[in-house]
Amino acid sequence: MKQYLLSIYHPDEPIPDAEVMEKIYRDVSALNDELRAVGAWVFAAGLHPSTTATVLHVRGDDVLVTDGPFAEGKEHIGGFWVIKAPDLDSALEWGRKATRACTAPVEVRPMREDSEAQA
Amino acid sequence: MPALADVERVFREEYGRAVAVLTRVFGDIDTAEDAVQEAFAEAAKRWPAAGLPPSPAGWIITTARNRAIDRLRREAARADKHAQAALLHAHEEPVEEGPVHDDRLRLIFTCCHPALATGAQVALTLRLLGGLTTAEIAHAFLVPEPTMAQRLVRAKGKIRDAGIPYRVPAEADLPGRLAAVLAVVYLIFNEGYTASSGDQLARADLCAEAIRLGRLLARLMPDEPEVTGLLALMLLTESRRAARTGPDGGLVLLADQDRSRWDRALIAEGQDLVRRCLRRNQPGAYQIQAAINAVHSDATQASDTDWGQILALYDQLLVIAPGPVVALNRAVAVAEVDGPAVALDLVDGLAASLDGYYLFHAIRADLLQRLGRSADAKAAYEIAIAQTGNVAERAHLILAKQRLPGPDGMADGQASG
Repeated sequence: MKQYLLSIYHPDEPIPDAEVMEKIYRDVSALNDELRAVGAWVFAAGLHPSTTATVLHVRGDDVLVTDGPFAEGKEHIGGFWVIKAPDLDSALEWGRKATRACTAPVEVRPMREDSEAQA
Repeated sequence: MPALADVERVFREEYGRAVAVLTRVFGDIDTAEDAVQEAFAEAAKRWPAAGLPPSPAGWIITTARNRAIDRLRREAARADKHAQAALLHAHEEPVEEGPVHDDRLRLIFTCCHPALATGAQVALTLRLLGGLTTAEIAHAFLVPEPTMAQRLVRAKGKIRDAGIPYRVPAEADLPGRLAAVLAVVYLIFNEGYTASSGDQLARADLCAEAIRLGRLLARLMPDEPEVTGLLALMLLTESRRAARTGPDGGLVLLADQDRSRWDRALIAEGQDLVRRCLRRNQPGAYQIQAAINAVHSDATQASDTDWGQILALYDQLLVIAPGPVVALNRAVAVAEVDGPAVALDLVDGLAASLDGYYLFHAIRADLLQRLGRSADAKAAYEIAIAQTGNVAERAHLILAKQRLPGPDGMADGQASG
């Protein structure tokens, strides 16, 4: 079984109002239950806004610390799942449910097999 | 005594099938391609002296499988995990074709998977199913060979690493996935028929390849009316190839073509398929476009064209596949039925979406000219000329512009007043 990273890309602005957020939480929670029920769930997390991020880079012998996020832009990763799926079509099926639940774009990426072995 | 030409013929006919079967056997496209190429190299050495085997395709597939297993065993012995996986896969899979689906069908759905970019879908389909070399595909699409090679390597890497499955989609997903496959085949055909740039009006080999793929799909999916519709559309379009170019290599429009040069056999085959679609009565965009072409094929002279029927078909097409390009083509039929003034009103209404499309300006120019508005027609031709990248199309438009009454539209004031 392969593993896939499903990343959610949220726009930084505007922050949805409470009612919308509540529905998103409900839908995401239902999706998590579904993933667990069929044994496809590996891990999932929601992230604080990108304004809370800190970036580290190597500069010679030092490590430079700067305010994040790493990539400039209007959208940033807002959360992710790691799932198990037999192939891309099956992973995309979970991705379809994820993008509907989060009402935001989802990027599906296969994980390398050596990292799967450790999981 | 078989010659190298026989090996080449077998290659053309059987390459796609051999790659498809071996991709299923080994679960890996690169392994399949390497093995099939090795088998054909062996055939080129052996067949001229030993004669064609009773089943050339079977010989290629068996030889390719055995060679690949030998190679994989050597690599697996050196703890190559990739080779071990392919070998394991091969032991679980029978070499014979599956009873339900031809392997080529799985392969074309893999090549045209929506997770791949369109350019990659086209290149993979031509490479793996058509057996075209990377150099040939690069040449056909006017892309440097290293760029095309990289596109193919990346696409195959994505199929392998992302786990794009090698199977025919489930019934529920089939309409959408089949639409992507048909779009790729039609894109290959159109690229061959009217190269979007470059000095060759037609690249016959791409058209031939698209028709070959269309025939294959029609044989493998006889119950899909749009598959039949696409094949009919390509055959009827292809039937006019010889008449579409003048002795000087210039473009000849449908209305001006010498219809005795149309290919009657292709027309008969295309019209027969259109009739089959009509009997099934599950219309789709390709079937209707094929029907429109069938009506044109019925007319022995341009003046005999049944424009009323063509307009009715465009009305139907606009409902099924609404869009500005269909509306533009419908306006051409309206010009014949209701006159150029009515058509020009329709065309002008499409300016917002089609301003960057040369055909919009070319059709507008023709309508303006028919209304006697030469100065406006000249301006529209100039925009059309600037927007087309095809040398033959451009030459045709320049000629049309030069034929306008002039200079500076002398006829303009009298006719449009």
